[in-house]
Amino acid sequence: MGTGSALKSGRKNGVIVPEQPGKSAIEVRGVRKVFGTGESQVAALDTVSVSIRENEFFTLLGPSGCGKTTLLRLIAGFDFPSAGEILLHGQDIAPLPPFKRPVNTVFQNYALFPHMTVAENIGFGLEMLGKPKAEVKARVAEMLKLVKMEALSGRRTSQISGGQQQRVALARALAPQPKVLLLDEPLSALDFKLRKEMQIELKRLQHETGITFIFVTHDQEEALTMSDRIAVMSSGRILQVGTPWDIYDKPAERFVADFIGETNFLTAAITGMANGKARATLKSGATIDATVAEGFQPKDNATVVVRPEHAKLTSGKGDLSGTVENIVYFGTDTHIHVRLDSSEAFTVRQQNTRSAGCGFERGDKVGISIGNDAAQVLRD
Amino acid sequence: MASAEEVAKEAERRDIRDRWLLSAPALIIIFLAATGPLLIVVIYSFLTPGPYGDVVWKFSTDGWLSVLMQRDIFDDTLAFADAHLSIFWRSAKLSFMTTIFTLFFGFPTAYFIATRPARQREIWLFLITIPFWTNLLIRTFAIQEVIRNEGIVNTVLIKLGIISQPIQMMFTDFALMVGMTYVYLPLMVLPLYASMEKIDFRLVEAGYDLYANRFQVLRRVIIPLVKPGIIAGSILVFIPALGAYVTPRVLGGSKNMMLGNLIELQFGQGRNWPLGSALSISLMAIVMVALLFYVRSAGRQGGTHG
Amino acid sequence: MGSRFDIRRQTGFTAIAMICFFALYLPIITVVVYAFNAGSSIAIWEGVSLRWFYQAWNNNQVVDASIRSLQIASVAATIATIVATMAALATTRTKPYPGLGFKYAFINQPLMVPEIVTAVALLIFFSRIKIWTGYSGLGYLMAAHTAFCIPFAYLPIRARLENMDLTLEVAAADLYATPWKAFRRVTFPLLWPGILAGLMLAFVISLDDVVITEFVKSGGQDTLPTYMLGQFRRVITPEINAISTVFLLISILIVTVFFFISRKKDQE
Repeated sequence: MGTGSALKSGRKNGVIVPEQPGKSAIEVRGVRKVFGTGESQVAALDTVSVSIRENEFFTLLGPSGCGKTTLLRLIAGFDFPSAGEILLHGQDIAPLPPFKRPVNTVFQNYALFPHMTVAENIGFGLEMLGKPKAEVKARVAEMLKLVKMEALSGRRTSQISGGQQQRVALARALAPQPKVLLLDEPLSALDFKLRKEMQIELKRLQHETGITFIFVTHDQEEALTMSDRIAVMSSGRILQVGTPWDIYDKPAERFVADFIGETNFLTAAITGMANGKARATLKSGATIDATVAEGFQPKDNATVVVRPEHAKLTSGKGDLSGTVENIVYFGTDTHIHVRLDSSEAFTVRQQNTRSAGCGFERGDKVGISIGNDAAQVLRD
Repeated sequence: MASAEEVAKEAERRDIRDRWLLSAPALIIIFLAATGPLLIVVIYSFLTPGPYGDVVWKFSTDGWLSVLMQRDIFDDTLAFADAHLSIFWRSAKLSFMTTIFTLFFGFPTAYFIATRPARQREIWLFLITIPFWTNLLIRTFAIQEVIRNEGIVNTVLIKLGIISQPIQMMFTDFALMVGMTYVYLPLMVLPLYASMEKIDFRLVEAGYDLYANRFQVLRRVIIPLVKPGIIAGSILVFIPALGAYVTPRVLGGSKNMMLGNLIELQFGQGRNWPLGSALSISLMAIVMVALLFYVRSAGRQGGTHG
Repeated sequence: MGSRFDIRRQTGFTAIAMICFFALYLPIITVVVYAFNAGSSIAIWEGVSLRWFYQAWNNNQVVDASIRSLQIASVAATIATIVATMAALATTRTKPYPGLGFKYAFINQPLMVPEIVTAVALLIFFSRIKIWTGYSGLGYLMAAHTAFCIPFAYLPIRARLENMDLTLEVAAADLYATPWKAFRRVTFPLLWPGILAGLMLAFVISLDDVVITEFVKSGGQDTLPTYMLGQFRRVITPEINAISTVFLLISILIVTVFFFISRKKDQE
C-alpha cells in the first residue's frame, strides 16, 4: 500500500482502518439510491454492483444524470444509499459520516476554503485528524512539492489561477493519505491545453502515491486516456466494466458503442458460432466474423458494430457496397459518409497523407471491406 | 451496526429537530414581544373601557362599533362617525399620494443610478442609503426646518420679494405630503434600483432597433421589466405611510391627524383602549390586504423579486 | 445629430434625480449648519459657535437619554443578532421541511405589522405585566427592541448563508472535520461579515426607534429619540440640531462600515 499505510488504527476521530487489505479497495454491492418520496420517486442508482481494485485508476463514465456522481457521493459519505453495501477493504462504510471515512474527494469546483491560504487548505485534513503541528507542516511541504506549488504556499486561494487551484485541491485531498481518492469531474473547468496537462499530471500522481483513484467524467476521451478500467453508466446502471481497449473495441451494448467514439451499426443475421466468434450475414449478402461478449449467445437477428477506422474503402467490390454521400476533412483524417445499398448509413475514416484528396468523390460507387477482427455483436 | 438507510433517516430526523431548537429562541422572543401581544389587542377590542384608561373585563362590541359609528349621548342612536371616517379617508389618501409622489421622483432617480458606470453607481447608492438609515425623527425635524414660517423656503421667498408674508405650510396636508414623500423616498428608490440594475440593456437596444422612440421604450420595455420593483417599492412606501405616527404628529399637528395618531389618542387622552385596539386591528387588516395583493402580484411576476 | 445616441438616456430623468438628491440633503444639511449657530434661533444665523453642543453635553436629560439609548441598542442588537444567526442557520441550506415556511413568516412578522400597532399591543401587554410583577425597568424596552431587531439582523445573515458554497462544508467533512469543527473552522469565519452586518443593522434600527419606545417606556425612561420628540412641542433651540448632528454622525459612521462590509461580501 506504500504511503497509504500512515493511516493507523485507533485514531481519535474514529476513522476506521481496514484490518486486512483485501483484493478490492472498494466493493459496491447491490446499491440503490432513491431520491424523493411517493409519486415523485426517482431511482438515481438502480442496484449497482462493482468492484474497484487497489491502486487502480478507475473511471465512472456516462452522460449527466446517469448516476456516476451519485455513486461517488455515496462512496464519499455525502449521501447514504437506500439499499446495499459499500465495502472499503471488506468493511461496510455506507452508514458512516464522511469525516469517519479514510476517503477524500477532489470537488468539481475545487471547494477550496477562501479564508485560508494554500498551505492552510492542504493542512486542513491532517489538522482535523489531530496530527501534531510538525507533522502537518512536513506533510504540507511534501504535498506542495508533489504538486509543484511550493512558491505559492502563502497565497489566498482566490489569488491563484484555475489550474493552480486544481493542484491545491489535489494536494489537499491527498495530504491525509486516503485509502481511496475520489475525483468528481475535476478537469471540467479547465481549458483544453491545461486539461491535457492535468490528465498526465493526474496519472503521474496516481502512480507515485499508489492510491486508488475513482474518477468521474462525462468525457469519453478523458476516460480512455487516463483509466486502468472504465465503468460505463447510463440511467442509474453500470452497463459495462472493462479496460479502455475492451470498452472501445468490444462494446457490449448499443449505448456503450454509441457513447464512446463513432460507430457504424449494421443489422445482421447470425448463422452460427465458430472459435468464439459469430458468423454474421449482412444485408449485402456478405458474411463476416464478429467477436461476441464472453458468455453471450447471440440470437438470430443482431446488431453488429464496426468502428469507422476498422473499415476500408475500395473502388472495387467489398463486403458492403454503396454511394459516397459526403466527405468531411478533419486534418489528421477524412470521414467518408457512404449510403449503403441496403439504405443504412456507414462512415469510413481514412488516414490523410500529404498527397491531395482522399481518392473518392461525392457520388462515387464504392465498396467497403471490413477487417478480420473489426466487428462486434451487440447484446441488445 | 444500523443500516445506511436507517442512519440517514435518523440523521434527517435529528437535523430537523436541531433546526427547531436553533430557531426556537428567535421564535420565542418574537412571540413574546411582538406576535403574542397582537392577540391580546384582539381581546381588548371586545372589552369595556375603564374610567382612567385600561379596560374593565366586560364584553362589549362598542369598541368596534365606534370605529365607524358614533353613539349619540342623549338618545343612544347610532350615526356615522364623521371624524373617524375623515381620518381613515385622509390616511388612505395621503398614503396613496405619497406612494405616487415617491414613485414619480424615485423612478427617474433609481434609473439614473442604475445607468451610471459601476463605480459611480455605488457612490450614488450610498447617497440614497444614508438618509434611509438616518433617524426618521431627525429627517422629519429637518423637513420642518425647511417649510416652517421662519424656514428656508419662506425666508428666501421673502428676501427675493416674491411674497411679503410667510406662507403657512406647517400643520397642513401639504406639509404632511412633503414630509412623507421626503422620509419615504429612499424606500421607493432602493427596490426600484434593485430591479433596474438587472435590466439587460440589449432589450432596450432591441426596442430602438424595432423603431420605438425613447418614450415607447420606457413604456413598453423598461417599465414592464421593472414592474416587480415598482410593486415592491409601492408596498414598502404605502404600508408605513398608512400607519405613520411621527411625521403627522410633528408636521400635521392636532388638526391633521392620521390613523396612527387617532390610535394613540385612544390610549392617551381618549381613554378608550377598546376603540384604540379595534382601530389598530382595522389598520392591520388593511395592511394585510395590501400585502396579500403584493404577494399575489409578485407570484404572478414569477417571483423575480423578493 | 452630432453626439452619439445614448440608449440609456431618458429625457428629464437626470434632472429629476438631481432634484431628489438635492432635496434629500438640503434639510439634513440645514439641521447640521444651524447646530453651529451662535444665536438661539434655528432660522436666523448669528455666527459660528459650539455653544449648543456644550449645552447638550451638559444637559443631564440628554446624557441620560443617550446612555439609555446605547444601553438598549447594545443589548437588543447583541441578543437579536445571536438568535437571528441561529435562526438563519436553521432556515437555510436545506430542502424544505415542515415548518420552514412558518418560521420565515414568523421571523419576518415584525416587518409586516405597522409599528403603531405593535406599539399599542406592547403597551397593553406590558402594562398588565407591570401590574402583576411590579417590575418597571428597562427590560421591557430591551425585549421589545430585541424582537423588532431580529428580522433586520436575520436578513443579511441569511443572505450571506444562502450565497455560501455548500460544498465547502462538505469538503470540510470529507477532510475529517466533525460537524462542530466544520462550523467553527469553515462556516463561521465565512459567515462573520454577515453577522457583523446584521449586528450593525440591528443597532441602528434600535437606536432610531421612536414609536414603540414612546408607547412602551415608563416614566423617566426616555431614549434620545423620544426625548427629542418631546422637545418638539416646546420652543426649539439649536440644541436639538446639535443632538441631531451627533446622532446623524453615528448613523453615517455605522452605515458606512455596513456598506463596506457588504461590498466586500460581493467581491469574495
